[in-house]
Amino acid sequence: MSNNPYLEILRDRLWESNPSLIQMLGLCPLLAVTDTLVNGLALGIATLLALVATSVTVSALRYLIPREIRLSVIILVVASSVTVIDLGVKGYFYELSEVLTIFIPLIAVNCLIIARAEEFAARSGVVFSLVDSLATGLGFLLSLVALGALREILGYGTLFRDAALLFGESGYGLEISLLPDYAGLHLATLPAGAFLLLGMLIAIRQAMDIRKTGQASEGTMVNLTHP
Amino acid sequence: MTAAKARSGIRAAVPFLIIAILCTTVVALSYQVMKERIAQRERRAVLRDLSAVMSFSYDNDIFDDTVVVVAPEYLGTDGPVTVYRARSAGQPVGVVLVPVTADGYNGPIQLIVGIADDGSLTGVRVLQHQETEGLGGDIDQRRSDWIDGFRGRSLGDPASEGWRLKRDGGVFDGLSGATVSPRAIVEAVHSALQYYGANRDRLFQDETDRAY
Repeated sequence: MSNNPYLEILRDRLWESNPSLIQMLGLCPLLAVTDTLVNGLALGIATLLALVATSVTVSALRYLIPREIRLSVIILVVASSVTVIDLGVKGYFYELSEVLTIFIPLIAVNCLIIARAEEFAARSGVVFSLVDSLATGLGFLLSLVALGALREILGYGTLFRDAALLFGESGYGLEISLLPDYAGLHLATLPAGAFLLLGMLIAIRQAMDIRKTGQASEGTMVNLTHP
Repeated sequence: MTAAKARSGIRAAVPFLIIAILCTTVVALSYQVMKERIAQRERRAVLRDLSAVMSFSYDNDIFDDTVVVVAPEYLGTDGPVTVYRARSAGQPVGVVLVPVTADGYNGPIQLIVGIADDGSLTGVRVLQHQETEGLGGDIDQRRSDWIDGFRGRSLGDPASEGWRLKRDGGVFDGLSGATVSPRAIVEAVHSALQYYGANRDRLFQDETDRAY
């Protein structure tokens, strides 16, 4: 246990209560666009931004929002943030938007974002909400990247394929061929393969907990509170 | 409805209205800031696809010189197909058809087809497909150069019965392990050429019709 509450929450979101591997929230995009590391990273960043923007806005407006309309307001804020992010991706990363297609707008219905806004940001200060959403978003991003890397290695035998989508011209040199002359495991590039691999990641994650503590983890969801 | 209930309804509605106005403003402002840039990017992406299948030079604004046609029996789709028209000094030099659809193994294969004014193919590229990686997937220009075999071909070269795979008695190479995907593309490209042959003059006469 660390004494710094911010580090504690980061550890909790990245590992102890990882949004994808333990809470299993937002799995649809996790399965849909993680066929390569770069796609996973890109959607992870977009989701992180939407999560932070929503949490901070909801937190800042929390005294203005009566309880009866809280969920509607949250949905409105998520949808607006995601629309702005979508416009930004189209303007600055057009080729990326061609690859991620509908999955950027679909961030608006990622239950992870609504869950954090409703459970935490609507009841907490702006700084705490910022830290909470950053940590949760990073936890989600790491899962996307891990699954993306795993699928890309198995499916194509490479890493950082199509990096130019995210890093522009300089991205062309980033692709690493790990398995030369590898024919590729087609299943890994399909959603069904993603489902199997995600299941394996979750099982490995739980096996580590069982080995350590003797029981499966349900996530602790440490929350920041005023002392 | 009691007065108290009505009051609480208004108490909830006013903040919601304020927040809705705030959100809409942010979205509208972002759109205003980004729309020019996004339109530019879209244009650049379209021109990039077009230039990959054109070998002729043109001097018109091809992005805005289009006509939209619907010809399911020739172009493989019930939906609209955009014909980009290239001209040089006002004279037609070629067209690009987007999308020409072939009936692939795992669903539709969308192609972009460039045809010079003399009716010869200047390029065919796959825009979208779901063919099997390593087999039919090799129709994709990023996987193999099979699709470049169409360049220079036309309705007379080969003659109609030659527009088949070699294994079907035609002149086009197949792909090892895949028959359906290359066969579908040969057929789709052939009928696109037939469409162009029958409609060439009309395509260039029609008023510009922006595709959406």
